Amino acid sequence: MTGGRERWAAELRHSIQIQSILVPLLAIVCAFAVGAVAIVAIGDNPIEAYWALLRGMFGSGDRIAASLGRSTPFIGASLAVAFAFRAGLFNIGAEGQLLVGATAAAWVGTWASVRDLPGIVAIVLLLAAGATAGFAYGAVPGLLKAKTGAHEVIVTIMLNAIALLYVRWLVNSQDPILLRDTASSVPRTAPIEDAARLPTFVDSQPPLHLGFLVMVALATLVWFILQRTSFGFEVRTVGTNPEAARYAGMDVGRTIFLAMAISGLLAGVAGAGEISGTSGFLSPGVFINIGFDSIAIALLARANPFAIVPASILWGAMLSGAGLMQQEVGLSIDVVRIVQALVLLFVAADVIVRTIFRIRKAADDPLATSTLASGWGGP
Amino acid sequence: MPGVSAGPDAAPVLEARQITKTFPGVIANEDIDFALHQGEIHCLLGENGAGKSTLMNVLYGLYAPTGGEIVVRGETVRFASSADAIARGIGMVHQHFQLIPTFTVAENVALGDEVTTRWRNLDLAATRDRIVEIGERYGLAVNPDAIVGELSVGVQQRIELIKALERDAEILILDEPTAVLTPGEVDDFFDVVRTLVDKGKSIVFITHKLREVLAVADRITVLRGGRAVGSADPSTATEQDLANLMVGRDVVFTVEKPPANPGAVRLELRDVNVTDERGVETCRSIDLRVRAGEIFGIAGVEGNGQRELVEAVTGMRTPASGSIRLGDDDITHASPRQVADLGVGHVPEDRNRHGVVGPFSIADNMVLNRYHHAPFSQRFLRRDAPIRELATELVEQYDVRTPGIDVAVATLSGGNQQKVIVAREMSRPLQLLVVAQPTRGLDVGSIEFIHRRIVQMRDEGAAVLLVSAELDEILSLSDRIGVLYRGELVGEFDRESATRERVGLLMARGRGDSEVPT
Repeated sequence: MTGGRERWAAELRHSIQIQSILVPLLAIVCAFAVGAVAIVAIGDNPIEAYWALLRGMFGSGDRIAASLGRSTPFIGASLAVAFAFRAGLFNIGAEGQLLVGATAAAWVGTWASVRDLPGIVAIVLLLAAGATAGFAYGAVPGLLKAKTGAHEVIVTIMLNAIALLYVRWLVNSQDPILLRDTASSVPRTAPIEDAARLPTFVDSQPPLHLGFLVMVALATLVWFILQRTSFGFEVRTVGTNPEAARYAGMDVGRTIFLAMAISGLLAGVAGAGEISGTSGFLSPGVFINIGFDSIAIALLARANPFAIVPASILWGAMLSGAGLMQQEVGLSIDVVRIVQALVLLFVAADVIVRTIFRIRKAADDPLATSTLASGWGGP
Repeated sequence: MPGVSAGPDAAPVLEARQITKTFPGVIANEDIDFALHQGEIHCLLGENGAGKSTLMNVLYGLYAPTGGEIVVRGETVRFASSADAIARGIGMVHQHFQLIPTFTVAENVALGDEVTTRWRNLDLAATRDRIVEIGERYGLAVNPDAIVGELSVGVQQRIELIKALERDAEILILDEPTAVLTPGEVDDFFDVVRTLVDKGKSIVFITHKLREVLAVADRITVLRGGRAVGSADPSTATEQDLANLMVGRDVVFTVEKPPANPGAVRLELRDVNVTDERGVETCRSIDLRVRAGEIFGIAGVEGNGQRELVEAVTGMRTPASGSIRLGDDDITHASPRQVADLGVGHVPEDRNRHGVVGPFSIADNMVLNRYHHAPFSQRFLRRDAPIRELATELVEQYDVRTPGIDVAVATLSGGNQQKVIVAREMSRPLQLLVVAQPTRGLDVGSIEFIHRRIVQMRDEGAAVLLVSAELDEILSLSDRIGVLYRGELVGEFDRESATRERVGLLMARGRGDSEVPT
């Protein structure tokens, strides 16, 4: 194929157009500006606060590593949300899918037979366990949507609650003992075998481990599937205009089912990666909100797999850097959560940003209202 | 001549002076002068995209003009919204009715202009009386208590007129009012329009149908490319003159069509019944045969089962009973993919809903029906080079006006979008071509092109099933004609025996109370 490479380059350029980057960037600027007003209102100096936050995020090698470590699960989980978005589905269930994936990994990691496996095999086994569990858990809303039209938003919200409570029971229960580590005084699972631990690059808090690169690879894979495969074309068509997809002979139900299941798979891998790379065991409550934050990140990245990576890093780094801001300026970590919420607000209501900065809407924006609208209110 | 034309020196009741309206990157109206005199029917003629609707939306206060001024009865006005226009006695009937189907006629008329009692209760009785009064005065009889959704399109249009008249409109802007009517209803509608003018109203009549212009207009202004390119006197102008003015070049009206050379039966429907999504039976006992090398035209007012029939044939809807055969294959229960892969092309009636994926590039849209076949796909991977090659070739061949194949289809004009669809569906060997409303909303140039392609497909041996609400289109293209009325095929004609009157009557009334032998 001559010219194939140029095409790829052109497509790459297209997917990182100024237009699509500008609005999210300006949304971040707006969020920090409004956040500054809030900081002034409580009598603190926003410049000092943000300077401390910035140093907390990227101020030293260790802090950078911690920021990247913190952002790792966000990449996988927001890829999950983004993939579903591209199929016109609004997956609120990344939270539950991630938890189910983490649980499967935590369980498989304690198998005695894992101990003697070579590291690479053990890790792949662990991630595969997370992937499988996530796939299965994403398949449920996918199947229900494809077969009965049950709205995935409702179903995934319910499944989140089920996953959360079920996992809590699995880990907490002492009669019968299921996954609880009897040697530990707090409810948690037994540590997984060392062979199944992802290698750590920097022992920061949280550590930067190989999982980060796995997630970046996953982002590339998702981009490849969406843009370069026939299946990805079907996913995008169904996500943009399901009626046209049906007319073109695509199996809309099958595509919806697979897209949702793959979305779950991505979240499941993110959960397994955390078990294998960061904690080494599962305790209920550790992953709270990762799945929900990922919705914000996916929106910020406009469901573009490559944009997911920097957006997740920003998100993770802000959470990771907030500590220094608290130490130095005495501002609550909640200020960062407020700014993050403002980012989401400005991204979701991008009309505000477009009006402030006088930016016109691109006609071929992949996430132009139609996709999201169908995710929200579609039948 | 119908209507009471005012003397040339009488001041116009509504005048546009040098109106310019630009949208970012587009000049929709440029220095248009337009004058409507008391008691006349002024036709505004132009192709789609010529700027007719923009001009009328400016005059109705929906758009603020970029330049120029609006003069109502000698007074320069500035409309902030349509409410200002209504206050000046201007009423507009939009092409798509602005009615709430579940409300009664009176409720719809009252909507936005409610008469209330002292305690702000709705006084529907007052509105009801007004409706009866207006009905008697202008010959627009409607039952004010009928539910709008249960009334025919013709009656719904009357309600729109009543709405405008109830708000004391002296000037009525009618945007493509006949697009949804049967030939019979059109005649009734013209009577109403003439009555209105006799009672002193002044009317702007927007259309792109030449026959109507000559039948009803007192004065004609032709728009092309956002400019007023000329006016014509309906008593002397011919359809050909107007068409040439509208398009800007000589137009060939008749489709050049060698006699059909029908072969074996390709498509056969036997006693097919189809129900819609609400479970209502919309096609009843359809028996139909289309031969290779012939065009079978299905005439009928929209909503008489055409959509469901087409969907059943193309696999998008499974018939409730009966059988559909394509050549030797039974496709009664086939999926759209199976039907398409057997060599069936389908130009769908709803371009935006089914035909294209708006945000996708032209290239992606061109392969919607074959992206999964080699050479466009190999081992699950998309192959760009052949896709781009095909798209480039088709854009060229089908004269799609675009800066390139990477442009989002949504940014193209309706005519060019349709050409993309036609290119995609007709550029492979076909057993059967199903075309529904292929030229709706298109300009004359695109219509000519698409009609020629359809005939070409026939001559290459495909069976063609043509569904259209435009009787002219059916008559000029078809070799045989069937009429669909309330889901039943009520008549079948050879082209020779199908006259406009016979087909039109069947379209309007079905077999029931017509005298026409079938």
